[in-house]
This record gives sequence, C-alpha cells and structure tokens, in this order.
Amino acid sequence: MGMKKFISLVGKENRHILRDRWTMAILLIMPVVQILLFGFAISTKIRNIRVEIITEKRSEALNRFVSKLDANDYFIFKGYLNESSDIDSEFRKDKADMILHIKGNLDNMSGDPLQNIEVIADASNPSMAASEQLYSLKLIRSFFDRGMKKAGKKGGIHVKFLYNPQLDSAYNFVPGIMGLILMMICAMMTSISIVKEKETGTMELLLVSPTTPLNLILAKMVPYFMISCINLATIMLLSVYLLGVPVSGSLIWLCVVSVLYIFLALAIGLLVSTVMDSQLSAMLLSVAGLILPTILLSGMVFPIENSPAILQWLSCLVPARWYISAVRKLMIEGLSVRFAIMEISVLAGMALVVVSISLKNFKNRLA
Amino acid sequence: MIKAEHISKSYVSAGHAPVKALDDVSFSVSDGELFGLIGPDGSGKTTMFRILVTLILADKGVASVNGMDVVKDYEKIRNSVGYMPGRFSVYQDLTVNENINFFASLFGVDKEESMPLIEDIYGSLRPFGNRLAGALSGGMKQKLALCCALIHKPDVLFLDEPTTGVDPVSRKEFWQMLRNLRSNGITIMVSTPYMDEADMCDKIALMQKGMILALDTTENLISQMGNQVWGVSGNNMYKLLCDVRSYRGTLRCYPFGNSHHVFFNSQEPDISDFGNYLWGCGNENVKIERLEPCIEDCYLYITDGRRI
Repeated sequence: MGMKKFISLVGKENRHILRDRWTMAILLIMPVVQILLFGFAISTKIRNIRVEIITEKRSEALNRFVSKLDANDYFIFKGYLNESSDIDSEFRKDKADMILHIKGNLDNMSGDPLQNIEVIADASNPSMAASEQLYSLKLIRSFFDRGMKKAGKKGGIHVKFLYNPQLDSAYNFVPGIMGLILMMICAMMTSISIVKEKETGTMELLLVSPTTPLNLILAKMVPYFMISCINLATIMLLSVYLLGVPVSGSLIWLCVVSVLYIFLALAIGLLVSTVMDSQLSAMLLSVAGLILPTILLSGMVFPIENSPAILQWLSCLVPARWYISAVRKLMIEGLSVRFAIMEISVLAGMALVVVSISLKNFKNRLA
Repeated sequence: MIKAEHISKSYVSAGHAPVKALDDVSFSVSDGELFGLIGPDGSGKTTMFRILVTLILADKGVASVNGMDVVKDYEKIRNSVGYMPGRFSVYQDLTVNENINFFASLFGVDKEESMPLIEDIYGSLRPFGNRLAGALSGGMKQKLALCCALIHKPDVLFLDEPTTGVDPVSRKEFWQMLRNLRSNGITIMVSTPYMDEADMCDKIALMQKGMILALDTTENLISQMGNQVWGVSGNNMYKLLCDVRSYRGTLRCYPFGNSHHVFFNSQEPDISDFGNYLWGCGNENVKIERLEPCIEDCYLYITDGRRI
C-alpha cells in the first residue's frame, strides 16, 4: 500500500466532508456557539442578589456596611425591615433573595460580630442559596475584619478561593466543553462516516480493492482529526481572550493530553462503527452511549463527588471525566504534568484497549 | 476462469430458521466467456457473487477465480477482479471524474492507460464529467459504475444485476458494451432477473431457491426442452387458462403476455381435438399457433411456473 493510495483515500474523505457544507459549518461553529452560550447566557454566577436587612437599631457602622453592600456587584440593597416583619411573606412576594438579621448595635459589638448576624436565604434554588450565603459571608467577613484588626481582635475562619477567586463558572465549563465537543466530532462523525459506506454499499467496493482495513480507517480519521484540532484551537483562543480563562500550566502538555483524547475518541467512533450497521443507529449509540455520559458523568455539569457510589464507578469509564480532570489540572490549576500522570495513563490505556478491540472487530468481509 | 464446486451457504439470524441461500451449486466459466446467472429475486445470485469476490465465506464447497482460491488468496483476488455490486455503489457526492480518479488511484493505475478499454463506455459520460454522480440518470449511473469497475483493466468482471432499474434502451446499450468487453478477452459473470437478457450471454445458469436448475447455452437449453410451445388466446383469458389446464393432453400451461403458452404431453399433439375441446367448453375467438420457444418458456417449463 503506497502513500499515494493513502493520500487519495484521505482526499476522498476530505471531499465528502467539504461537500457537505452544512455539516462542515456546524462542526466548526458549534464550539464557538457553546462557548458563547456557556460563557454569557448560561452563567452559574449569581449577580444582583436582593438583600433586605432587619435591625433593631441603625448605627453609623450599619450605614457603612449597607453602602459597601450596595456598591458590590453581587448585591442590591432593597431596604430595612422591622423586627416584627414577616420574613416569610417577603420571600413569598419575591421582594428579596436574602435577608440579613442584625442583632444588637454594630458600633459596639462585643465578641465575634458574626455571631450576631443571621443570614436567611431563599433556598428554593439550593445552588443559588449556597452561593448567596458564600458571597454574603465573604463580604461580612471582610467588612468586620478591618474593624476587628483596629480593635486588636482576631477573626474567625477565613475563606479563600484559589485558582478561581471570582467563582467564575467559565473555569469549570471550558474543560467540559472541550471534552464534549471533541468526543462528539471524533466519535460520532467517524462512526457515521464509516457506517455510511456500509449502508450505501461502497464498503463492498473498498473491500474488493487493494486497500487494507487499517488504511481505510486511518484515512477516515485524518480529516476529523484535523477538524478536532481546529476546534481545540478555537475553544482555547475564545476562552483565553474572550472569557479570560488563563492557561496557567504548560500549553504543550495540554495539547498532548488533548491529542491523546482526540485519538481515543476517534477509536471509540471506529468501535461504534464495527458494531452498528446503519447511520441512524450509529448516531443514536453515539448520543446515548457517549455524549450523554460525557455531559452527565464527567463532572462537567454535576460534581461527580456528589453522585451515588455506583455512578462514581461508572464515571470512571467515561473518558471525558479523565480528560476534564487533566485539563483542570493543567490549564486552570497550572499544575505540572506530574500531577496528571494518572489521567494521562488512564486515557492512554483506554485508547490501547479500544483500538485493539475495534481493529480486531473490523470485518475484512461482509457480515 | 471461474470455478465453483458444491457451494452451499445459509444465513443464520437469531430467532429465525436458517435461510438456505445456496444449495450445492457448481459451475465453471471459461476464459473470455460472458456467463449469466438468471433467476428471480432471492434465488441466491448476489450470495454467489459475494462468495466469488471474497466478501463472504461459503459454508461448504470451494471456489476459485483464475486459479486463485476465494478463501486463501482473497487478497490477490481483490487486487485483480472488477466488481460492480447490485446497488449503485459509487460515491454519489463525488463527481463523475472524481469517482473515476479515486478508483484509479485506489488501484494504483493511470487512468489514461485504461482509457482505450473504457473509452466506449466513458464516451457518453464525458459531457457530465463535473456532475455529481447522484444527479445522473439510472443508465448513466450504471455506466459510471462499470467504468470504475474496469479502471484497473481486470481479467475477470463480476456484475451483479447491472441492468436492474435501467430503462430498456439503456439496457440494450449496456449489454452491447458487455459483448464488446468480452471481445477484449475479459471473462464476465453477470446476473439478471430479466429472462430476455439471457440471449446476450454465451452460457447461462437458471437459478431458483439457491439451486442451479439448468446450465448451458441458450440454444442448447431451448432445444433440450424438446417439447413444442403453442400459444393460445381467446376472449376470456382466465376461463381459457382453466380450460387448457383441464385438457387431458396438456402438460403445462402458463399465462405469457397476450397469450397462454402450452406444452403438450406428446411431441405431435392433435391440435384439432384441442381446438374442439376448447370450443366445446364455450371459449370464443380461440386462436392457436405454434411458437418459437424462448428462454423464459424454458424457465417456466423447468420450474413448473413456481416463481418462488
């Protein structure tokens, strides 16, 4: 099998892809749209939390606290309530997201001021309530810290968010989108394009020719590999320059891990194509068996640590979980590659297994 | 030279009884012969082709193409034969020229070298060189597929139902091309469900239910049939069919276009007695004439009219 024959196979695959303009456009634009959607529309960051304050006595310190609160991006001060007001009805009428109950006089508080402040949040949306509570505690803490330092007192527990000080969701979903898009393009598109040859009968012609299955498969993979690399570059550029997510670690190792993941995804697509006989079933299997687990079990949307044990084990089989974890370490946390050895070896191992199974499975004949 | 000896093949699918696609099939095709597998859909033609081009394995029996065994030397066979599957299988989203160039480079040949061989066929495609293959007419598609199958100048050509779904004029043209190719020394094995195409072959095998019922030249098959064929027509064709079949001298009778074809028990049937019988049954305008038997008569005679 000469290089010339291989190149002509690759050229044919390129033509198939380029000629299908809409599919090509979707493949290239999808990452951009997803980054924009997750970056701006579907932000899990909470802003404009409406705050009301219950207090017995307005003091100078309280006024300073309120103006600081109002100046903060995350909070809007909506007004004071009386001791006797009905907290429940405030939430029910949707007048506030959070109510601070300040007992006593802020000016001359003895002991830890935090013990005299009650944070009441509407927890009908639990993740919002949790973030509201975090933000407000942080604000209150920083306000009183200064005052207490002056008074020579020591503060309580100090909370500090490393790597993602603003709790920006972009830090979480950029690795997730990389894992998702690459899996989608590589696995789904490769499997569909191989199965298409079976479905239209051209596989018979390719088999009754001097080409070998290995060449056939490699030629199918080359164009999707290239599209994936373009997508990888698009996602990285957008996240660095538009969303401000830095590449804190080694860019080279990040690329190495990504190429390994792309290769694994291509191999999975090949495996799907050896099992399925129609484009529709190949697509369904890719969506149900690859893309949904990538979204649900990779830690992209839901933290794996919170799932039941059985799902945690299952998630170990999802390549994206390891990839996303490696990208978090290398890109966001800026760790050296030593700390991602585990992820890299799992991905490499998976690739080896999948490639050998699918090459063994790839039929040299029909049926 | 193509040789098949005692080939059997069954398809097994879960939950169903195995389907016997080929049952002890043997035949041979000499070099430079145009050989036709003739039979209805489901008679095992495609299975036979797939076994010979090494795409599937037979359960029993041995087969070879130009001395190469279909199991052991499958790579050699794949490198050397030309194959055109039953479905239109070239790339619909590539143009005519792109398809031809692709198959030329796949086999590592220079397209220009093969031009003299395919010129005859490619000539009518040339004006559509930049048209997508999917946008061609049925006959043009088959010509393109044939060009692609011939691009590496194979010694043996396998064509599985190349004229199915093609208009009658293009079908005639296609068969003329095959005869021209044969005169270039290429051995051609072709299948078709159309009986009228059998005359174009040097030798045919009539197939049914995975078995070869008859194997010879068309002329020999017809002359071996021995019995004469008579055509009968009248006003009420259905009543006529029933009455002909109830006549004691009738061996077989089948509806055949505008008339019924009748085979009698004896070589020299008493036609006047036959006519009187039909008249006595109340048939009107009965016309009886002696016919030149064709290969379809032969097929109906052998299979006793059972199509499936």
